[in-house]
Amino acid sequence: MGQIVLKQVSKSFGDTEVIPPLDLTIEEGEFVVFVGPSGCGKSTLLRLIAGLEDVTSGNIEIDGKSATALPPAKRGLAMVFQSYALYPHMSVRKNIAFPLKMAGLDKADQKRRIENAAHVLNLTDYLDRKPGQLSGGQRQRVAIGRAIVREPAAFLFDEPLSNLDAALRVGMRLEISELHKRLATTMVYVTHDQVEAMTMADKIVVLQAGVIEQVGSPLELYRSPRNRFVAGFIGSPKMNLIEGDKAAPHNAKTIGIRPEHITVSTESGDWAGTVGVSEHLGSDTFLRVTVDGIDEHITVRVSGEITLGYGDKVFLTPDISNLHRFDEQGLRIA
Amino acid sequence: MARAITTKQKAINTAVIWTLGLVMFFPIFWLIILSFKTESDAIMAPMEVLMSGWTMESYDAVNRRSDYFKFFSNSVIIALGSTFLGLLIAVPAAWAMAFVPGKRTKDILLWMLSTKMLPPVGVLIPIYLLFRDTGLLDTRIGLVFVLMMINLPIIVWMLYTYFKEIPAEILEAARMDGASLGKEVLYVLTPMALPGIASTMLLNIILAWNEAFWTLNLTAAKAAPLTAFIASYSSPEGLFYAKLSAASVMAIAPILVMGWFSQKQLVRGLTFGAVK
Repeated sequence: MGQIVLKQVSKSFGDTEVIPPLDLTIEEGEFVVFVGPSGCGKSTLLRLIAGLEDVTSGNIEIDGKSATALPPAKRGLAMVFQSYALYPHMSVRKNIAFPLKMAGLDKADQKRRIENAAHVLNLTDYLDRKPGQLSGGQRQRVAIGRAIVREPAAFLFDEPLSNLDAALRVGMRLEISELHKRLATTMVYVTHDQVEAMTMADKIVVLQAGVIEQVGSPLELYRSPRNRFVAGFIGSPKMNLIEGDKAAPHNAKTIGIRPEHITVSTESGDWAGTVGVSEHLGSDTFLRVTVDGIDEHITVRVSGEITLGYGDKVFLTPDISNLHRFDEQGLRIA
Repeated sequence: MARAITTKQKAINTAVIWTLGLVMFFPIFWLIILSFKTESDAIMAPMEVLMSGWTMESYDAVNRRSDYFKFFSNSVIIALGSTFLGLLIAVPAAWAMAFVPGKRTKDILLWMLSTKMLPPVGVLIPIYLLFRDTGLLDTRIGLVFVLMMINLPIIVWMLYTYFKEIPAEILEAARMDGASLGKEVLYVLTPMALPGIASTMLLNIILAWNEAFWTLNLTAAKAAPLTAFIASYSSPEGLFYAKLSAASVMAIAPILVMGWFSQKQLVRGLTFGAVK
């Protein structure tokens, strides 16, 4: 249960086409992340799958059956919203019970499922509280609890972690990943944060202006981005994209090299430059280097603690085997 | 930025507010005083009125002359009936306008409100003729209907403002959770908008209770509410201040008591959404 297929699905608001026709298959049990800058249509795409928006054209199939004309309630999907969207007038127990009540489950069955979900999500002590009396992380758990009790064909997450603080976000990220492993249910997750995408996804769908730029596993996108946009979007810190004289010898309009694929030396190397600002993270140090003959600053990752400082002269050597080349259209040259 | 308020300014403010309040309350205060006087005492100079003796005879006379309970029950039925019927229509209407607005929603809202700008007397003749031909004259059902129509724009407007404050994501969550439209309105929207619905209801009951133009023109005896009860004491042949006052007190007392107990809800409702 839980295969979702989009066939030539498009969406327009009035005269504005936000999603040109696209095809996408989400396999059963997969954790798929839609990622892209804000306004790229990722949330709209999720809402089309949920049925909260009607498609302008095309077809959506869930488990082999057309769901295009079905209302959200009939699609068998559960959704977790960015604002949690809990029912403020109901206790946690009633919030979680709501989908079960709507499905007409008997009381004993409801109770069993609620307690099970509360146990899994560490909410047992909070069942009688109102959402207003909970912290952000707890609210998020209630929203997830409300989604899992239904045992849906697939879960839809709309930027569920963006309202949480950084520390909590990392924790919830792991919890959701763990939940996915345990339930083995299809999950579709929308985020603008490529770190979330990289860490959680089985498959990442990179979107820009409603167009799918690339679909692949996190490592596929990291190793062989299909174009300049994906190259710049996936990976942290960003890939260095260099145009001009330094790119020409490689027969490319643009070359890309990730910060971790450059070696630094104080004695010799391919590119001479000056160290600018550096960021010390303890385990890594990121140097911003101004290289002679390159307009853009080059970011370089160095392992551990280093002694280089502002204004020091360094030499950089890119690892040619990890060099990415892009043509005039920004497409990858194999 | 906070402003420093001196004691003198505070004293002036307090005095102004109290004066205004007393000026506004004075007619009601005088009405209550007059209702406890005899007819001859009631037309004397103000100071003499206050000095004269107290009596319940006006109340007694009013009670003997007219069937207060009949007018009262008509008022209750008309005020409550028109309010509930109005809510029944306005809740779905306001839901649609707040959560699935179309291109013309704003225009419709404004158009609805514009009907309140027309003097009611402008449509008196057509409505009177419609009532006559459909046999609705002097019926409670007819008044329930006409008062509901009169106040519907206000009910829809108020509910629309309250509903706009409810995040649409919560209703979408209910939809995802398998709620039908009816259940979404019943279990999620209505409980969340309850304070708003309550104050809309209270305000509307007060408006319907006090409505005099249509109740006077469309009733004679059977369906006449308390407004007609008061009017029957303002006679052109002579002045019966004491009896008129007694009748007025009896007519406004129930709504005044209700208003007093629900004033917190009412004020909250009327200023809702004005301040974030």
